[in-house]
Amino acid sequence: MSGWTESEMMVVAAARRLTDERVCFVGIGLPNIACALAKRTANPQLELVYESGVFGAEPARLPLSIGDPTLAAGAAAVTGMFQLFAYYLQGGRVDVAFLGAAQIDAAGNINTTVVGDYAAPDVRLPGSGGACEIGINAKKVFVIMRQSARSFVPHVDFVTTSGHPPGGRPARWGAGPALVVTQLGVFGFTEGVMQLESVHPGVDIATVRAACGWDLEVDAAVAQTPPPTEAELAAVRVLDPDRTYLR
Amino acid sequence: MSKVASMHDAVAALVRDGDTVAIEGFTHLISFAAGHEIIRQRRRDLTLCRLTPDIVYDQMVAAGVARKLVFSWMGNPGVGSLHAIRRRIEHADPAPLEIEEYSHFGMVGRYTAGAAGLPFFPLRSYEGSDLPTANPRIVPVASPYGDEIVYAVPPLNPDVTIIGVQRATAAGDAQVWGLTGCQQEAAFAADRVIVVCEELVDEAVVRADPNRTLVPGLVVDAVVVVPHGCHPSFAQGYYDRDNAFYLAWDAISRDPEALAAWIDEWVYALADHAEYAAKVGEERWRELTPVSAPSGGVDYGSYA
Repeated sequence: MSGWTESEMMVVAAARRLTDERVCFVGIGLPNIACALAKRTANPQLELVYESGVFGAEPARLPLSIGDPTLAAGAAAVTGMFQLFAYYLQGGRVDVAFLGAAQIDAAGNINTTVVGDYAAPDVRLPGSGGACEIGINAKKVFVIMRQSARSFVPHVDFVTTSGHPPGGRPARWGAGPALVVTQLGVFGFTEGVMQLESVHPGVDIATVRAACGWDLEVDAAVAQTPPPTEAELAAVRVLDPDRTYLR
Repeated sequence: MSKVASMHDAVAALVRDGDTVAIEGFTHLISFAAGHEIIRQRRRDLTLCRLTPDIVYDQMVAAGVARKLVFSWMGNPGVGSLHAIRRRIEHADPAPLEIEEYSHFGMVGRYTAGAAGLPFFPLRSYEGSDLPTANPRIVPVASPYGDEIVYAVPPLNPDVTIIGVQRATAAGDAQVWGLTGCQQEAAFAADRVIVVCEELVDEAVVRADPNRTLVPGLVVDAVVVVPHGCHPSFAQGYYDRDNAFYLAWDAISRDPEALAAWIDEWVYALADHAEYAAKVGEERWRELTPVSAPSGGVDYGSYA
């Protein structure tokens, strides 16, 4: 098994970061794949939580959405959405939430609502879903998204989910965005500002900087993300054999 | 007293032009059969409420039944966009569509307040977000017991809530397993409720397992028996999500002519959902039927 796609590298890098977590709230889209992969590779003990009302899912196949029947079958608990949001999330039981984003800025503000003006949008995106409350109430937030100068923007067009506001996050909030994984690299946050932690194999720093809408400061000696292992790639390809989601 | 009715008669009697209508079910048990009948009866000026508008509201909006959408996540889950709704919002094509937007917990809280008779629901969300600016009905309120600020959302009391369920009695006691979403809150919040069931069962079946009753007949006005009534969404243990349809909808929904042709072929040209299910075909139903995996029973005891 040689070679891998950018998307495969991205979900593998994301899944690895769930190694030391216990309870993970799974967002729709790429997070769904990354978390299902983590459960099969980096952390089989991971408790997967879905806003559809599932705690402790054991997905037997790649969930087609965050409300797939494979999530309810075999789960530790299925609850109403009220209980899920009120007791599991707002009650402080979620260690990390994995979210997607259409736009993000250096402060980790996430936009999944509109491109352009809210009242007359250029592109109407899906909206918050649970992200707005997840961003406040999860103990921390990881993001996985495709990176370009259009998605990594100086200022998001709409703050759907707050990142690190000027002056810091209120004490009663969770710690907020701590990690962003893209097809090019892995980013962390230092004092509320996004920093490049590692670049994926075969990606140069100029490419990462070009795919960023602000002037990203990068240490020339930045680390390289370890490439996917054979076991990780095999697990990815079991989950998405036809590359329906990881084109 | 039996509340069993045909879908035609239930919609004719209970869904009126201008109504606020919620077809609830979070990815699970979405009553497409009811949505199609509302299209077929050419209801107009509806305010459609749902956490996730899903394909069913894309179809209803395209067919011209809706004036307004109240929602928290608007997409084709796991696939992409709802293009008919986007055309209305982005280009007023062919007409504008009013929207009122919340987050998921905000929408769940709205139904909860509506069901519980409360003037608002407080939640820890929205702080730092632009959503309260976009929707002035999301309002910060001070705790009466300290200096904390939470956000309030208003109650949502639909004129009609329609829910899909696996089984129900003729009196409307409705049982659901798998994802239960916010159907209970949405039903108790509504003035009128239509239960759409895969199977009609005897009262004894419900009474043998009362923990599984999500909505009691107390709040139900009509029971409609529609096998496969939630396709292309799913009914846990009965049929899987038809993911090929969700994927195919993207291209149909992008093209207004293809979409209109789809509605002609799959809604207007068919008398009811039984014809739709026959048109989907036995082979597809076989493919979508999961392997049986019954729950272990529990013992309630007899205390006679």
